[in-house]
Amino acid sequence: MTYIAKPRFHHPSLIENKLGFTRRDYEGKVSTLCAGCGHDSISAAIVQACFELDIEPHRLAKLSGIGCSSKTPDYFLGASHGFNTVHGRMPSVLTGANLANRDLIYLGVSGDGDSASIGLGQFAHSIRRGVSMAYIVENNGVYGLTKGQFSATADKNSKSKKGVVNHDSAIDMVSLALQLGATFVGRSFSGDKAQLVPLIKAAIRHKGAAFIDCISPCIAFNNHAGSTKSFDWVREHNEAVNHLDFMVGRAPITAQYAPGETVSVEQHDGTVLTLRKVAADYDPTDRAKAMGFLMERQAAGEVVTGLLYIDPEAEDLHDALDTVATPLNQLGGGDLTPGSAALAKINAALR
Amino acid sequence: MSKPLASVNDFVVKFANVNGSGSASANGLFVKSILRSGVPVAARNIFPSNIQGLPTWYEVRICEAGHLGRRGGVDLMVAMNPQTWDRDVAEIEPGGYLFYDSTKPMPPSKFRADINVVGVPLTQISNTAYSDPRQRQLFKNIIYVGALAHILGIEVAVFETLLAEEFAKKPKLIPANIEALHLGVDYAKEHLKPLGLQVKRADRVGDRIFVDGNTAAGLGAVYGGATVCAWYPITPSTSLAEAFTSYCEQLRIDPETGKAKYAIVQAEDEIASIGIVVGAGWNGARAFTCTSGPGISLMQEFIGLSYFAEIPAVIFDVQRGGPSTGMPTRTQQSDILSAAYASHGDTKHVMLLPQDPGECFEFGSLAFDLADRLQTTIFVMLDLDMGMNEWLTAPFTWDDNRNLDRGKVMTAEMLEAGADFGRYLDVDGDGIPFRTYPGTHPDKGAYFTRGTSRDRYARYSEEGAVYVDNMERLVRKFEAAKSLVPAPVLRKAPKATRFGVLYFGSTGPAMHEALDALESRGLHLDALRVRGFPFSAEVFDFIHQHDLVFVVEQNRDAQLRTLLMSEGGIDPARLVKVLHYDGTPITARFISGEIAGLMGAPAQTGEMAK
Repeated sequence: MTYIAKPRFHHPSLIENKLGFTRRDYEGKVSTLCAGCGHDSISAAIVQACFELDIEPHRLAKLSGIGCSSKTPDYFLGASHGFNTVHGRMPSVLTGANLANRDLIYLGVSGDGDSASIGLGQFAHSIRRGVSMAYIVENNGVYGLTKGQFSATADKNSKSKKGVVNHDSAIDMVSLALQLGATFVGRSFSGDKAQLVPLIKAAIRHKGAAFIDCISPCIAFNNHAGSTKSFDWVREHNEAVNHLDFMVGRAPITAQYAPGETVSVEQHDGTVLTLRKVAADYDPTDRAKAMGFLMERQAAGEVVTGLLYIDPEAEDLHDALDTVATPLNQLGGGDLTPGSAALAKINAALR
Repeated sequence: MSKPLASVNDFVVKFANVNGSGSASANGLFVKSILRSGVPVAARNIFPSNIQGLPTWYEVRICEAGHLGRRGGVDLMVAMNPQTWDRDVAEIEPGGYLFYDSTKPMPPSKFRADINVVGVPLTQISNTAYSDPRQRQLFKNIIYVGALAHILGIEVAVFETLLAEEFAKKPKLIPANIEALHLGVDYAKEHLKPLGLQVKRADRVGDRIFVDGNTAAGLGAVYGGATVCAWYPITPSTSLAEAFTSYCEQLRIDPETGKAKYAIVQAEDEIASIGIVVGAGWNGARAFTCTSGPGISLMQEFIGLSYFAEIPAVIFDVQRGGPSTGMPTRTQQSDILSAAYASHGDTKHVMLLPQDPGECFEFGSLAFDLADRLQTTIFVMLDLDMGMNEWLTAPFTWDDNRNLDRGKVMTAEMLEAGADFGRYLDVDGDGIPFRTYPGTHPDKGAYFTRGTSRDRYARYSEEGAVYVDNMERLVRKFEAAKSLVPAPVLRKAPKATRFGVLYFGSTGPAMHEALDALESRGLHLDALRVRGFPFSAEVFDFIHQHDLVFVVEQNRDAQLRTLLMSEGGIDPARLVKVLHYDGTPITARFISGEIAGLMGAPAQTGEMAK
């Protein structure tokens, strides 16, 4: 955790978004992570995504568990309320927060230890409930804060920095999320900002459970030969299925793609996702095929990235519970307390 | 042959049934008929952790004097379960009555010479009248109610009214049930004589209601403004969440849109349940979970977070027999310490200790005001006895002028006006800081919530002085809670005495009866019913005013006594344990026997059964 605030002044030519905020207004405190940590790149991508989406910083709540990744919410969006909860339990706290106020944006930041080991159950259940959130796992395959133990996402037969070979099968969170019914599933790499920023933007604007597995090499404990979560390994094996342009509203697509190279997906709220295809036949709206494709490419040793699945018609937990439009935390006594007359009737029925 | 027991409006009937045989509704009908006759009743289910096939009992104490605790002993056994016949017959008081299904002849060795046997060929009557196997079973229950009504002198018209009310939505079932009832009444008229035990119309019930504590607490949560409920099924707390759900469906649907002004999540476990509650509380909604001992064990880490990060939460703990899986369908008061000091590190939590369903409602709503006011976890400690059994209790009341106390919440206007917002800043000297809801103001009032140490302005800090400053403030806040929890209730003995007794929770009804019994023997005690933790000064003053104070509890280790010793520095020698923890509800006979013995009075026969 840091206590060092960044200086507020900035270059006068820094561009502003529609709300008059500069990118600096979306930053947080100075990171205390190791120099070169992939997580800092993800924080920067979150800052960029929120800036580009013209989000009012205070209308977003950022929640995390425990671990290196879970410290990062202190390093972005300093004007947002944040909650560093307990290990592996961010999903339940986020679920409760979301139930209390459906009008805020919820960003859950977690790691592979936090979400694939101790918190696997809560990860699974928050996804299957369709809690509206952007859930980012900063996946480095290792426990950094406790100095280099394997996490549950470490690939079988990969090597730790000390030379130990991992004999356990890896948990693939993307496959899990797909199986559990996530309505938005992506994977990216902290070293590929061009891919990551639009993916985060789309996840934030997605209604329903949006999950991003972001491979984020641990510079201190998992960036060596024999690791499958190192910068070199991921760069060599990264297979992007598509590149995403995220548009708010029906703005015309300005990128110059040849016909047939792109596919557009329009969501409920009018946002349009334009995907430049890399894998020619990849259809990100077909869950079953996405799962098959992933299994196949994984067996071939590739790290598949991009927007892997989206259900543009997704519903969320509030739809399922059919809650009122007013956030529950804004309902007053008049809305909530039935009063003495109703109580008299209840009493009468109990005699 | 003992003389047949004779009593009007003062006896105990016990039904021995097979779980899942449909007996619960018939037995409930029996109890309601007595209440409608104006005679107070205390009824308790004794049931196994099972859905079908195992023995279950329903113990009904009919008591015009109004004692609502368990009496102990059985005057009339309705023995409908062959599995438990021998022990059921053995339990009957000498001179008592055995009511049984005489369709199949029983050898004389299966009876006792000192009891009165009443046989009704229930199976035969039912099988003759009905052909459908399910009807045969269900109506057999109603037939025995009819026969009992006649021999106990309960007016048949009362049943007709009750059946009409019960099946108001399925009117076809009314005549069928009345017919079955009359099969029993008619057989009894023809073949049986009235028992020495009689129900006589009285006027001692008044406007009281008959309801279980879980239902009352669930309704209390509705009135307390709870909007988020996250829970995981566990006996004996499940029916609390179900009651909340059912009352919300009745009372909390927006009439214009048909949408719900509440959110209920059946979570994947108790950890997620309390996590959801903490998340909702952090974000400004009133939220609760309900659970039992094993759930409290699982929730420890989050309870500590709620304490240290100062997040409102309400936990209803419907206590059952521990430790571990313990006796899941039996009652105890054995989570007192695990709730009071839940979680690692130095923690203390507020507990409310209701005595009956009436207080379950009252404290159930109050808990949400206290959680917001104190920004911490509030435990409401029920137990299986009051939670799952319907008790006669004063009608629920609500003051329409009462507003929800949302505690110290800093608004956008206050921030705009330049208020100095420090999330952990003690502005009023009561240790309670202001908080902001997420999303309040574009550039003021945001803070980072964490379970790690931080300064008054919520900035991370591992400095010793900063940590101690915060921990000391939490102690001041806990002090402030003393005047907010319900005050203890004093019952003075008619004569000055050096003896006192402390008790709490579902022990109440048995305690009051025991005090009457002791008083009639000239044994005087002042009694104080503790209703909240932290203990107020009145509790310690009471102890200091007496030479010897009995502490009556339903657990093995005298947990409340431990709490009194550790929080008030009380000399253990002054606090005498009176403990009942076999899983059955404590009785007046037990309490008065124990205390009389400890006060040096000679024991009376039949008192010491534990």
